[in-house]
Amino acid sequence: MAAGGDGGDLVVELADLSVHYQLAGGALTRLFGVGARTVKAVDGVSVGLRRGEVLGVVGESGSGKTTLGRALLGLAPATAGSITYRPRSGPARVVSELRGAALRRLRTDLQMVFQDPTAALNPSMTIVEAVGDPLRIHGVAQGEERRRLVVEALERVGLAPAEQFLDKYPSDLSGGQKQRVVIARAIILGPEVLIADEPISMLDMSVRAKILELMLDLKRDLGLSYVYITHDLASAKFFCDRIAIMYLGRIVEIGPTAEIFAHPRHPYTQALLAAVPEPDPDRTVARDLPRGEIPDAAAPPLGCAFHPRCNQATPSCGWESRDLRTLLEEHWTRVHPDQYAAERAVVGDLGALDEPATTIEVGVGGADQVRAILDRIRAENPHEPLWQGVKSIEDTAAGLRLHLRGGTGPALRRAGGVEVACVLYPPDATNA
Amino acid sequence: MTMLQKGMPKEPVIAAEDLRVWYAGPAGPVRAVDGVSFEVAKGEILGLVGESGCGKSTLGRGLLGLLPDGAARDGSLLVGGRDVLAMSPKEARRLRGGELGMIFQEPLTRLNPLMRISDHFAETLKVHEPRLSRKEIERRALEALRVVGIPPTRFRAYPHEFSGGMRQRIMIALTLVVRPAFVVADEPTTALDVLVEAQIIRNLHELRSEFDTAMLLITHNLGIVAEACDRVAVMYAGRILEIGDAREVFANPQHSYTRELLRSVISLETDGLHYIDGAPPDLVAPPSGCRFHPRCPDAMVVCAQRSPEEKVVAGTAGGGTRVACWAAERRAGVADLGPEESRPLEREAISVADEA
Repeated sequence: MAAGGDGGDLVVELADLSVHYQLAGGALTRLFGVGARTVKAVDGVSVGLRRGEVLGVVGESGSGKTTLGRALLGLAPATAGSITYRPRSGPARVVSELRGAALRRLRTDLQMVFQDPTAALNPSMTIVEAVGDPLRIHGVAQGEERRRLVVEALERVGLAPAEQFLDKYPSDLSGGQKQRVVIARAIILGPEVLIADEPISMLDMSVRAKILELMLDLKRDLGLSYVYITHDLASAKFFCDRIAIMYLGRIVEIGPTAEIFAHPRHPYTQALLAAVPEPDPDRTVARDLPRGEIPDAAAPPLGCAFHPRCNQATPSCGWESRDLRTLLEEHWTRVHPDQYAAERAVVGDLGALDEPATTIEVGVGGADQVRAILDRIRAENPHEPLWQGVKSIEDTAAGLRLHLRGGTGPALRRAGGVEVACVLYPPDATNA
Repeated sequence: MTMLQKGMPKEPVIAAEDLRVWYAGPAGPVRAVDGVSFEVAKGEILGLVGESGCGKSTLGRGLLGLLPDGAARDGSLLVGGRDVLAMSPKEARRLRGGELGMIFQEPLTRLNPLMRISDHFAETLKVHEPRLSRKEIERRALEALRVVGIPPTRFRAYPHEFSGGMRQRIMIALTLVVRPAFVVADEPTTALDVLVEAQIIRNLHELRSEFDTAMLLITHNLGIVAEACDRVAVMYAGRILEIGDAREVFANPQHSYTRELLRSVISLETDGLHYIDGAPPDLVAPPSGCRFHPRCPDAMVVCAQRSPEEKVVAGTAGGGTRVACWAAERRAGVADLGPEESRPLEREAISVADEA
């Protein structure tokens, strides 16, 4: 099975898709675009969904996975690239160019299952109204016919006998039952593709397996294809045929599920796998966890977006000013408060380090003093790759000026049975 | 990371004996915690697991007296040898936050957005140790922040300047800065990403060894219990059905509910889907006998009639694994059941109509 979107019968195809959001900013920004900040929620993603497969999109919050799902339905506007839907019959449609009525018609073919079934259901609509609503909107069926289709959909998702549920309100149902109602509403128009965004993560653990089982049954019986968006690697491993791991708007690794789990290649994939808490008494918490959290998408790290947290980073991953700040702060978390006070006085304000740059001026207390502090930090962990990323250091009046090597974010490249975006897997090497 | 030395009895920091918590509901009193007994020793982390609606959070809050008006407690609850339930409200309040602390699920709602982190620490410390000097307050606060990995450079920042994981670490530091003997952590990582969750769990480990704090860790995530806890208590319908050494319970669950719960977890090892049919019962009128019997695949006739007594049936560490399960007690040869009583119970069909 090929990892990319190159072969087979694609039902949805994303080509270099980007969804960027402009942050509002101040009056000047709005008038002239000065200093406008952009959040690249999805940044150049290419992937295809094959007919009948479950494609997992896995990442932490802020990775862009939910925006990707919304873009697939035309709910988030594509700023670049395209999404193409190829129905079983009829001509292909470019989702990213559809507007108005044409976009609404797409909903009969592409549907969504949301994370929180309580929020996805109108509390003042009965179940028969909620599930039958798509039939009303698209003028498919009315009256007795509509009711018959609702009963059929409810029984299909296990809510049987349906009469027992038809006139209830969402608040009368448990979490698992509500999610079944949401799924019934999603399948009632006979779609080809379901986009399920964390469909089980709000549910009690005793009912999660049931909902996954239902989704697998529906896929088989109705010939559906799924995009399964989740942060939960364990359910993705069981449920998906292929998995795309996302980080800060980009796919960092994609391939067949078995291969991803047997040989995770990207350090981020490896870290995610190591961090999954397992109810296995013989496993303990991984010691070598990535530090920090997913960074601000409006000011992503230079170079590879994962490098500040990566435990396998190299000197060429794109070291910059904010990484130096992290090192200083980590050092100060370890030292005595008096030493912190003294060193802080030499280093001065850290605000200047927050501007992403590869040339950094640091310190207010003199070059030698600053050099002494950096030497102490370096001695604590000589293998920190940032130091090898330093091209040169020169003295300034107040402190030091560091020139860092910088780097570019690696593109997805084939490595063995998967594609991975990491400098550890260079384009010309044969890494299996 | 120091593991508790097995077999060495440690003095309990908190001991609940037949503890009950109930509150008023439209259909009568809701018995959310119904006769629960356990101890937590110094420096020990006890995990509390079970489905939603089984009384986990009510138990956690009940231990600290953080219950809504109209709720009541009964039984005995000893903290450092003194019965909290017999104390005046004023005494109990002094205990809370000092001796007893709480870490909540959503840290942002617990931090005041208008107060700097430094002010949060000053406020907390002044309430419980009014004689501390400003310098001493700062020293203690920075020390607590250091342990959870928050750099001193961020001491005067506001809550919104931190990420979700950092806020939760600040909450943990705020709870621990007054050096409580016992802390309830209610789903402390549920709102966080998996990598941050792992960092926080590692933090909790380190804190336990640093401050020797006893902890009740409430979670629905059995994986977290396996990694973070010394012992585990499994709660169902207001009762503890099984309690014992976490490794032993996970490797060799005794109660049918524990076994089914472990089987229903979707883990990296999952190759088939399992689940427990039905949902936890209504706590106003729970089932007779063992409360799990309507959902239990091993139910016998006796299970619907009589409530099983708690008995030690397995395990070696820390006094063994204690369960309230007729089937487990019968297997261990400590239940005296007649032939009629040990006949399999005919189960009524459970439909999606009763699902959780």
